[in-house]
Amino acid sequence: MRYEAPETIEAAVALLAAAGKTARVFAGGTDLIIQIKEEMIEPGMLVDIKKIKETREVILDDDEIRIGASVTGAELGENKELKKLFPGVVEAVQLIGSDQVQGRATIGGNFCNASPAADSVPALIASGAKAVVAGPNGTRTAAVEDLLIKPGQLSLAPGELIISFCLSRPPKNTGDAYLRFIPRSEMDIAVVGAGVSVTLNPDGTCAAARVALGAVAPTARLVEQAPDILLGKELDERVLAELAAAASATCQPINDKRGTIKFRTSVAGVLACRAIKIAWERAEKN
Amino acid sequence: MNEVKTTAKTNFKWVGKRTRRPDGPDKVTGRARYGDDMVMSGMLYGKTLRSPHAHAKILSIDTSKAEALKGVKAVVTHKDIPDHPLLEPPYGPMIADLHDISRNVMAREKVLYDGHAVAAVAATSERIAKAAIKLIEVEYEILPHVLDPLAAAQPGAPILHEHQFTHGVDPKPEAPSNVFRVVSAERGDLEKGFADADIIVEREFRSEPVHQGYIEPQALIATASEDGAVEIWTTTQGHFVIRGLCARLMNMDMSSIRVTASEIGGGFGGKNNVYAEPVAIRLSQKTSRPVRMVMTRSEVFRGTGPASGTYSRIRMGAMRDGTIVAAEAEIYNQAGAFKGSPVGRSVDSFFSSYSIANAKATAYDVCVNRPKVAAYRAPGAPMATMAAELTINELAEKLDIDPVDLRMKNAVQDGGQSLNGAKYGRIGLTEVLETVKNHPHYSAPLAPNQGRGFALGYWMHGGGLSSVVANLLDDGTVAIATGNPDIGGSRSSMRVMAAEELGVDLELIKPIVADTGSMGYSHLTAGSRTTFATGMAVINSVREIIEKLRALAAKKWEIPVDDVAWEAGQAVTQRDGFEALTLKQLAGMATKMGGAIAGHSEINAGGAGAAFSAQIVDVEVDPETGFVSLKRYTVIQDAGRAISPDYVEGQMQGGAVQGIGWALNEEYIYDDKGCLQNLGFLDYRMPVASDVPMIDTVIVEVPNPNHPYGVRGVGEPPLVPAPGAVANAVENAIGKKMGSLPLSPPKILGTLELCR
Repeated sequence: MRYEAPETIEAAVALLAAAGKTARVFAGGTDLIIQIKEEMIEPGMLVDIKKIKETREVILDDDEIRIGASVTGAELGENKELKKLFPGVVEAVQLIGSDQVQGRATIGGNFCNASPAADSVPALIASGAKAVVAGPNGTRTAAVEDLLIKPGQLSLAPGELIISFCLSRPPKNTGDAYLRFIPRSEMDIAVVGAGVSVTLNPDGTCAAARVALGAVAPTARLVEQAPDILLGKELDERVLAELAAAASATCQPINDKRGTIKFRTSVAGVLACRAIKIAWERAEKN
Repeated sequence: MNEVKTTAKTNFKWVGKRTRRPDGPDKVTGRARYGDDMVMSGMLYGKTLRSPHAHAKILSIDTSKAEALKGVKAVVTHKDIPDHPLLEPPYGPMIADLHDISRNVMAREKVLYDGHAVAAVAATSERIAKAAIKLIEVEYEILPHVLDPLAAAQPGAPILHEHQFTHGVDPKPEAPSNVFRVVSAERGDLEKGFADADIIVEREFRSEPVHQGYIEPQALIATASEDGAVEIWTTTQGHFVIRGLCARLMNMDMSSIRVTASEIGGGFGGKNNVYAEPVAIRLSQKTSRPVRMVMTRSEVFRGTGPASGTYSRIRMGAMRDGTIVAAEAEIYNQAGAFKGSPVGRSVDSFFSSYSIANAKATAYDVCVNRPKVAAYRAPGAPMATMAAELTINELAEKLDIDPVDLRMKNAVQDGGQSLNGAKYGRIGLTEVLETVKNHPHYSAPLAPNQGRGFALGYWMHGGGLSSVVANLLDDGTVAIATGNPDIGGSRSSMRVMAAEELGVDLELIKPIVADTGSMGYSHLTAGSRTTFATGMAVINSVREIIEKLRALAAKKWEIPVDDVAWEAGQAVTQRDGFEALTLKQLAGMATKMGGAIAGHSEINAGGAGAAFSAQIVDVEVDPETGFVSLKRYTVIQDAGRAISPDYVEGQMQGGAVQGIGWALNEEYIYDDKGCLQNLGFLDYRMPVASDVPMIDTVIVEVPNPNHPYGVRGVGEPPLVPAPGAVANAVENAIGKKMGSLPLSPPKILGTLELCR
């Protein structure tokens, strides 16, 4: 197995394009190394992207926030300004693994592992994140949800890799939140995840809302009906009940060792409501 | 909060003090050598090929391609492991049938579970070994499989062993069965008892097998020399037992095998057995090189023993005044692929905390297509106890009597008997129950969605064979060698007892775990026996040293030995004109005045006696998700005499935590082909640290009259009532009975939604 650690995006793209499917992008390695050790994959080459400056930065511009793909959970957790702008996104990334894992695991790795249960993904979708994708034909951006195809697979062309995630600076009275259900208190994988972002009107009603769910379908997905239910409304019991029903209706889960269809469908509604309450409260304060 | 409530004398120098553990520094610095920390020059790497099927006939095994791979030095299959005839009755409580063991370490006619060892290779690198096992071609004929003990016991179930006919039933059956034996015990007249009852409660329970969950996987090195001698380094709870099993299995002289126990990263009963040891011996014999075999975590789950999953039915009757007059229970224990689930202990565990005039318990030892069960911390007790304790709590509810008062009324007394007929000596049950009743936790208020559970656990301890050698060195320090791997702080406790006897500073005593070539037979570090039995051998050995030191002082002083006493670490005499001789002075004289001084003791310790652990648990259940959070947990237990209170409390807390996992989330998940799906701690959900509150303890000390310091076993009792106590708390939080463990969130939510 070859190990390469290019210092530029171009070099990384060239290595990946030349190696084809046998190459894997290597950031924190908290998924990749385990998969190699357990003989689930046998990559011919690892392309370590941590020496590429653009993947390691968090840039907070006036209108745009850019989070490098190989920024770790611990680093995001220490970024007070980012945490203030997108507490839900940061909390989601910080739920991954243990403290030790947080020092290695990256936001890009969590996304690119393409697990339907990845914690960062519903939070990124809810906050309207776009991925910056570099490839042999240059750089493109895509809504993160549009890159998700199925478990373990993203819509990236040969030679493409994710450099960073872009988020628009949130308007006034915006808040986000992410909650997940696990049977333990930590060190586990989401049985259900719910990310929410809301923006409120000056009168306290909902101006914009995005609700995304994880671990309840082959990929994380948006609750499409959420804006219809929420826009112009206050957060009362009836609205919450409608949101819960819409969240449950969005689920297409499976029975597996982590949960049942019935349980996931039911708890998705519960978590969507709990997450929106937190996001709403944050929006009111912002 | 931790408390000690004692009725015993307290003027000890070391016993009962919180001392620094002698093995601590090496463990925190990483210097301690565990199973896989040993390397030897010329070492080969062993790897095991395991069955991908739950139940299949082995039609052929072709190892030629693996043998041809460069770097592969040997391949073994069942042909390399000697066969043995089936064990004949009578069967003891712990069945060690070489016929079964030889087939469990290497499948012979059939594979009986997903993960069953089929072949093994030794190669010059781990990578080559892994590649080699993939080149072994095994032809299987897949057979129908059965995982559930109740289903396996029914006629028409797929049969694991055609030669097995149920023992303990009359007339002797004509058809083979997965039920190896039926064991029961009874007293009184059940029919009359139930006729006298004003209230009868009946319940059913199910539980999944649970793994011991030790952090350190099985790991060993075996070296066979050309003259037939074998040395083994392995992580085990009993290296003498490993020596015996390997010698008998491999038809070798016991004296030609020397086993050294590594440090051990947990066992809980799961490291009482041989798995890869005989295979590694054979690989080493074939290659004349050391062979190291280390299991991966998934191999630990697929190939080593869990505790039995169970199905049980129970019926108990009481009179209006709270007298329990009748009790009947039966339990089906999954034995796994081979007989030997802890049926006798299950029978004994249902009702032995109580003096119930009419009682009967029956247990079925049922083979299923899962790994063979191994001991797990009070084997056979927790599930039988849960059935009885939850039923008693329901009786209390219906009788409107406080659950502890109901137990007080029926509690077995000193001199009483367990259902299996074991006679109790002085027991601390009443003291434990009184402590519960007076504990602030028992009457503390609860918040909404919270529930409190309570259960009592009984465990009869073993004593058994222990040996110790104590050597006094020239400089006055003392080396204490035991044959028991230190799994729960035993070196520390041995040191405390030796220092107490000698009346010297703790730091002068150096405890070690010696290999099988160095000393007499010592049984497993298991059955909560080490501090009790091996501790007694330590005391005996040190007393022998003291006798020799008195004799030495008498010789030096030229006075009769009867005039010499041993006090506070010195030889003293009432006679005038003699200054006391310290341990150090005497040690320095010894070699010039007759020879080195040592003591040794080889005993079969009896009278370990029973102990009781009572537990109070508060949980909160999220009504929308079924998530259970532990709010408060108190363990109250009779330890006889806590030699090292820190470790006793650690045992009490550790047992409770394992019970929490058993009750709430731990389970084996199989697919429809009988293959295990959750092969690691991610999806086999043992509790993590943040899942549990700090567990409060109260050590009750009612000394055991059969030990010089009053020691009772403490390791097993705290797991006995724990799953029942937690399950009871969940039931009380949601106001619904739930008899099927684990009480995982989907199950709880399902139960809640059914009631809405």
